[in-house]
Amino acid sequence: MKRLATALAFATVLAFGMQAASAQTLTTIKNRGELICGANGTLAGFGLPDPQGNWTGFDVDFCRAIAAAIFNDPTKVKFVPLTAKDRFTALQSGEIDVLSRNTTWTLSRDTSLGLDFVAVTYYDGQGFMVRRALKVNSALELNGAAVCVQQGTTSELNLADYFRANQMQLKTVTFATGDEARKAYESGRCDAYTTDSSGLYGERQKLAVPGDHIVLPEIISKEPLTPAVRHGDSQWTDIVRWTHFAMVDAEELGVTKANVDEKLKSDDPETRRMLGAEGQYGEALGLTNDWVYRIVKHVGNYGEVFERNIGQGSPLKIVRGLNALWTKGGLQYGPPFR
Amino acid sequence: MADEAQTGVRYRRRIASIAVQVGLIVLIGGLVYAAAYNAAHNLARAHIASGFGFWNNTAGFDISQTLIPYSAAASTFGRAFWVGLLNTLLVAAIGIVLATVLGFAVGIARLSRNWLVARLAAGYVEVIRNVPLLLQLLFWYNAVLKSLPEVQGSVALPGGGFLNNRGLFLPRPEFASGFSAVLAAFLAGVFAVIVLRLWARRRQERTGAEIHMFWPALALLCALPIIAAAVTGAPLTFSPLHMGRFNVRGGIEILPEFAALTLALTTYTAAFIAEVVRAGVLSVSAGQTEAAQALGLRSGATLRLVIVPQAMRVIIPPLTSQYLNLIKNSSLAVAIGYPDLVQVFAGTVLNITGQAVEVVAITMAVYLAISLFASALMNLYARTTSVVEH
Repeated sequence: MKRLATALAFATVLAFGMQAASAQTLTTIKNRGELICGANGTLAGFGLPDPQGNWTGFDVDFCRAIAAAIFNDPTKVKFVPLTAKDRFTALQSGEIDVLSRNTTWTLSRDTSLGLDFVAVTYYDGQGFMVRRALKVNSALELNGAAVCVQQGTTSELNLADYFRANQMQLKTVTFATGDEARKAYESGRCDAYTTDSSGLYGERQKLAVPGDHIVLPEIISKEPLTPAVRHGDSQWTDIVRWTHFAMVDAEELGVTKANVDEKLKSDDPETRRMLGAEGQYGEALGLTNDWVYRIVKHVGNYGEVFERNIGQGSPLKIVRGLNALWTKGGLQYGPPFR
Repeated sequence: MADEAQTGVRYRRRIASIAVQVGLIVLIGGLVYAAAYNAAHNLARAHIASGFGFWNNTAGFDISQTLIPYSAAASTFGRAFWVGLLNTLLVAAIGIVLATVLGFAVGIARLSRNWLVARLAAGYVEVIRNVPLLLQLLFWYNAVLKSLPEVQGSVALPGGGFLNNRGLFLPRPEFASGFSAVLAAFLAGVFAVIVLRLWARRRQERTGAEIHMFWPALALLCALPIIAAAVTGAPLTFSPLHMGRFNVRGGIEILPEFAALTLALTTYTAAFIAEVVRAGVLSVSAGQTEAAQALGLRSGATLRLVIVPQAMRVIIPPLTSQYLNLIKNSSLAVAIGYPDLVQVFAGTVLNITGQAVEVVAITMAVYLAISLFASALMNLYARTTSVVEH
């Protein structure tokens, strides 16, 4: 009786619950008609809705690029704001298709969460922000300080490691969201605020008097920010990964939003392959052959997205640094279109 | 003949009833088993780590308030669980005690003949009950933080403590070897007070003479430990605090998050307890009050000796619910960064390990255990106030 009940229940679930994981995500997205993207919602420059409700940011533009590649329309994306606590559960459960939310690529996240990290879109590191009035010039002077940090991030772990490695005493104050942590820092609850260095510049803009706060020079960890997808769907992983590489290669080949139409008629073989003038590379991915043309036309190449959201064209004014192309001394390197 | 038929029908009905119940249990059990098996299988297929092995992994993160020794480098996730649990129990225990005191006071105040007192109590109850607890918690947290000075302008308390918006810092007591004698003297004093009260009550029952034991009891409780301390040479010293570059160093730290959470939970639950108490007092028939007054008891004594003991029978079940609400509401600590069980375990540990199913299941089981224990205790107490029918 018990076995019959078990078998019956199991069979029911088997019939409806389990499905082959491969090659499902792209079909689901196409049938749905829009991409569902997990974003930050509160981080200026990376993922933030503007006062009119339109989402803008570096990570947001990455999702718009994927949507442009699939639908030829960068607005066919629904953004789901996620905190550091629920971002992975949302991806694991299938609520979102891709997580583009300034998430650090680590070994434990890659193996034990059932996710795949695609390609590093932003090489970052963790830093500290303090009040200028404290007259602190280096993170090594923070012995005994209270530091505000967001809960459940690599920042929390790196903070403890750094203070321990340098034999400094630490008082941690953790909050569920970056907003609460920043407000507590501003009210004087803690002396320093720590998160990824790119986030520090964004959070500083939100303070009442940004000029009263400085970002300390030390970068205490490697934080490769990488979009993530669910494990098991290789086609979807390839699409998301090559969206990033396409944008990097486009910048390397000098293809911009303004000149992409003209570049379509170019003689350079790699440009022609990338933009789909020859070869079936798009179809090999499951997209159309002009998928890179769509991306650059609607969103832009990597450099344009960077400058517009977090670089010189934005209030954050972050320099390219490690995120420059490999030809200019940075780490952004796209495999060849061949 | 009729007897046999009756037995036959009843017998068959009983068998059928038992069979249906057994079948239902088996079906539900089978569904639960199948769901658990399916969940485990899906987790394995998606390469999401499962199992409870994470309990012994190194935590790696700091916790701002720990009642037991804990370090980021050496402690495990299991240890972090216990730290969070103790923080929750601390807030819950203090909250329950304070809310009960305040709730009883406000509830009885609302029944006062003094118009102003009654209106104030009513106003308090109506306002506090109708504002969501989360908003009240954020209000207290911001009010507590904003009203306290920054570290540079710390208020120096008499006795060597500091008060600023990082917390209340008190000198840490250092217990020398003679302190156990003081503790023993205090316990002896408590024992003596209990014995004296029993003796006084017996005396009153026999002879009717009322002996007020308040001042003698107080004297006993204070004098014995003081004498013991004097004999052993003041075994309690306090290590001084000093201002570091950023914060106060040394001493016991009471976080503003803890204060805000306790204040919010206390005031909120007290409003509900006040209504429960008022209902209990109103449930005692007016004849009791009249009889007590006919005997010459003043209103304070009437309340204490006649009304409230009878009202407790009605008060205790809803009061238990309010206590359980307070315990579960303490999980709102997530909103202000107080490291309770949900914040530490179902927040940080869940995020680091990614094992949502196991962590949330453990947290739910723990809250269930705490609530069942609390309500079992209250039911035991309720039995002492129940009416024994003969």
